[in-house]
Amino acid sequence: MGEMNTHRSERPFYIALSVLGGGYALLVALMIVANVAYTSPAHIIDTLRQPAIQASLWLTLWSCLLAAAFSLLVGVPMGYLLARTKFRGKALLEAIMDIPVVLPPLIVGLSLLIIFNHFRIGNVSLEQWLNAHGLQFTFAAAGVVLAQFSVAAAFAVRTMRGTFEQMPARIEEVALTLGCTRWQAFRRVTLPLARRGMMAAFTVAWARSLGEFGPLLIFAGTTRGRTEVLSSSVFLELSVGRLEGAVAISLIMIVVAVGVLLLVRKVGGTRL
Amino acid sequence: MIKVSSLSLRADSFALSDIAFTVPTGAYAVLMGRSGCGKTTILEALCGLRTIQSGTIYFGSRDVTALPPAERNVGYVPQDLALFPHLNVRENLAFGLHARGLPSEERVEELGVLLGISDLFGRTTAGLSGGEAQRVALGRALAFRPSVLLLDEPLSALDESTRDEMHSVLRSVREKTGVTTLHVTHLREDAKALADVVLELHGAK
Repeated sequence: MGEMNTHRSERPFYIALSVLGGGYALLVALMIVANVAYTSPAHIIDTLRQPAIQASLWLTLWSCLLAAAFSLLVGVPMGYLLARTKFRGKALLEAIMDIPVVLPPLIVGLSLLIIFNHFRIGNVSLEQWLNAHGLQFTFAAAGVVLAQFSVAAAFAVRTMRGTFEQMPARIEEVALTLGCTRWQAFRRVTLPLARRGMMAAFTVAWARSLGEFGPLLIFAGTTRGRTEVLSSSVFLELSVGRLEGAVAISLIMIVVAVGVLLLVRKVGGTRL
Repeated sequence: MIKVSSLSLRADSFALSDIAFTVPTGAYAVLMGRSGCGKTTILEALCGLRTIQSGTIYFGSRDVTALPPAERNVGYVPQDLALFPHLNVRENLAFGLHARGLPSEERVEELGVLLGISDLFGRTTAGLSGGEAQRVALGRALAFRPSVLLLDEPLSALDESTRDEMHSVLRSVREKTGVTTLHVTHLREDAKALADVVLELHGAK
């Protein structure tokens, strides 16, 4: 944040804003303090030593990574189309893209379950057909990724759309006059300029995936060592009354989330 | 030569119809008209960035009416310049050459001398002054030796002394490259300083 130019008479204005906004910052800080106060380092280490939690941490890391990568893969093209083109049915498409954002996540899981187990290919369900081809989604790790992706991608689309809307179309047009095809202009100008937006979209999608729980519970289940991710570990610990375990895992999630956020920033660099 | 015949096009807030003009090969034409009368729209149509409703556009003997922007061989400097902020000055100048698969090094050096920007090559575009940015945009548009140069209000945002300086830059570009130029402006003094041919656009509807 830059230096604030506070004239004496403006002070009450900034104080009022600080009180209103600061209340929320205080709440967030209190939540973290409460978690830390409820557990101890020894407790966290104990929790991390459990093979089930290790498996859960591992699955969390790679499922969120995959879900965020797939989200970016659809977020970039869809965001670009929505930002830069006009076509018949665009309003409908926009509404469809908003559904995962406004829909309760639980319903996403339920809907996936129905798609995979009630849509028929020939006389078997989609899931059975996939099983016959060596793939398993329902109650499997791939289902975790799919459930996370189904919600996270909508957020990536939104972020990328905003990114492209803020980028002047003129800059691509000049690239076209300089000899680029649409593809070349996109690759050499648009994408490099969208790098910050892509980092933001990836981070948002990753964070959504980390916090995803409802759809996982329904579509992928919470089988220890198989489809358990950290959010479901918290739930499993709570369901057997181990509050300390749940809190320890929560803190691990906070550390992982902050760590990944910093890593993405570092990898993405600060230029542009 | 630029030859536009019975050009009609429609933008969000206005329509232009039956535009016709010719700029002889090697000439410097200034297209005058008040702000918002459609000058920019005409340039965009010449570049191939805007679909036209009817009419034809010739660059020399080539009918470019249906060609995509990349194939028109036109150098375009938009009003906001639209320099590539992720590239340094040298990379901006070389962009059109790379896009066309042409060697860039020698040509970029040449442009640096022509436009007096050799000492800016390593700079990012963000730190350039108005006049410097204008020269870089001009160099980027000229790099691949286009047959036609289109300038959209190139000097309107500059202060008076920089404008005089750019007038002499544009005159020397014209002398040394002989590129057929269409310069759009609302400034009468640009026309006085530079034009062989003055065109006026009236009555956009």
